[in-house]
Amino acid sequence: MGDIWSWERAWDVLPKLLEGLVVTIQATVVGMVIASILGLFIALAMRSPSRWVRIPLKFVVDFIRMTPLLVQLVFVYLLSPPWIPGLAIGCVVLGIHYATYMSEVYRAGIEAVPKGQWEAATALNMAPGRTWRAVILPQAIRNTLPGLGNYAISMFKETPFLFAISVVEMYTAAQQFGAGTFSYIEALTMVGLLFLAVSYPTSLLVRRMETRLA
Amino acid sequence: MSDDLQTLVDRLPGLADGVLVTLQMTLGGAVLAMVVAVVLGFGSRTQSLWVRGPSRVVVEFFRGTSLVVQLFWLFYVLPQFGFKMEALAVAVLALGLNYGAYASEVVRGSIASVPKGQWEAATALNMTWLHKVRRVIFPQAWALMIPMLANLLIQLLKGSALAYYITLQDVNFWTVELRRATADTIFSYTAGLLVYFVIAYLLTWGMNLLEERAKRRLGRGTRPSLREAFGLKPRAMYAPKVPEARGAI
Repeated sequence: MGDIWSWERAWDVLPKLLEGLVVTIQATVVGMVIASILGLFIALAMRSPSRWVRIPLKFVVDFIRMTPLLVQLVFVYLLSPPWIPGLAIGCVVLGIHYATYMSEVYRAGIEAVPKGQWEAATALNMAPGRTWRAVILPQAIRNTLPGLGNYAISMFKETPFLFAISVVEMYTAAQQFGAGTFSYIEALTMVGLLFLAVSYPTSLLVRRMETRLA
Repeated sequence: MSDDLQTLVDRLPGLADGVLVTLQMTLGGAVLAMVVAVVLGFGSRTQSLWVRGPSRVVVEFFRGTSLVVQLFWLFYVLPQFGFKMEALAVAVLALGLNYGAYASEVVRGSIASVPKGQWEAATALNMTWLHKVRRVIFPQAWALMIPMLANLLIQLLKGSALAYYITLQDVNFWTVELRRATADTIFSYTAGLLVYFVIAYLLTWGMNLLEERAKRRLGRGTRPSLREAFGLKPRAMYAPKVPEARGAI
């Protein structure tokens, strides 16, 4: 093992990886904020009575959901003017891609609100806006929290795709270190372990939240 | 635009090669993933800690470290230990292990939701374990797990776009080449994304047919309307409600 794995090199690469981890977490948080807000709007728009809204929207959502994030990232990156930083593009594309997943989570959450709640709101003569804000959404969003957590973890693990648009997140940092010192073993292994170190405890937390809310 | 179309038509043979590579990765990865999923899914259910412990560790390891890292680790680091594999084998292995770990949660969850009475009845009929699983339990679990496996299959297809970066000439590669030839980003990438969309649509459709067949074998078949048969998600309309497995993302 001695000459293949060097703890010294592993130690050297760690500060760079931690810098990358910060970028990774930034991308995840901003991406998730965009995804949760946009996803809610998609879910609401999908309930529109007009099929002229629903059918095109469903096509767009399915199209985004069923095509590779990696290709979408590169596509948007190539189209954007050069002064926009790669990280911003990455956050937006991640956010839009995951918004299409989140919209399903919201849809399920909204459908799980008992029908009596709607009827009660109607009986109290509430306006539609107030029904949504005060009655339906607070209950629906509670249902969506575990889904949100799961997708946050999954987005976290997909941020390395940003290497394709030259954002220096954790994987790219390791790649650069490896290319400079020819020691991919330590750099790439450490990245994997760091991912595990963040995502596993988070997934345990989400699992606890799931049982708590269920 | 007409020049672009002409270039596209000229490059159709290349597209066939690209689609072939993407399909090889997707289907090869899916077969490997299914084997991994069944082994780890049953492994996570056994009483013996010596089987269950390692199964859980492997599942959490492959779910917890990113696909990108696993793929590049297999491609760059493994050769330094003396294992050199073809790029296609690396891609199939990485996709199969990663999505196999996710699918094992689906398998585990679906097996757990087969009613206990089914196990007891099979035991009462003096069936061996393998016989029970093969003829009674798995066919029922299989019908439950197909919708979630269909999601994972699409994820796997999308993940395969990464293989372009380990020198494979897949649909993503074809897209990049088309852009180079036409110098038209919007045209070439729209074409590339459409190809992925069509493949994903066909795979979803195939999985819907599989689900239909699995249900018919259980005597729970329905006759879907044309709209349901060709839609992306017929299952939402007539399938029994299945609790989403945690791994199904």
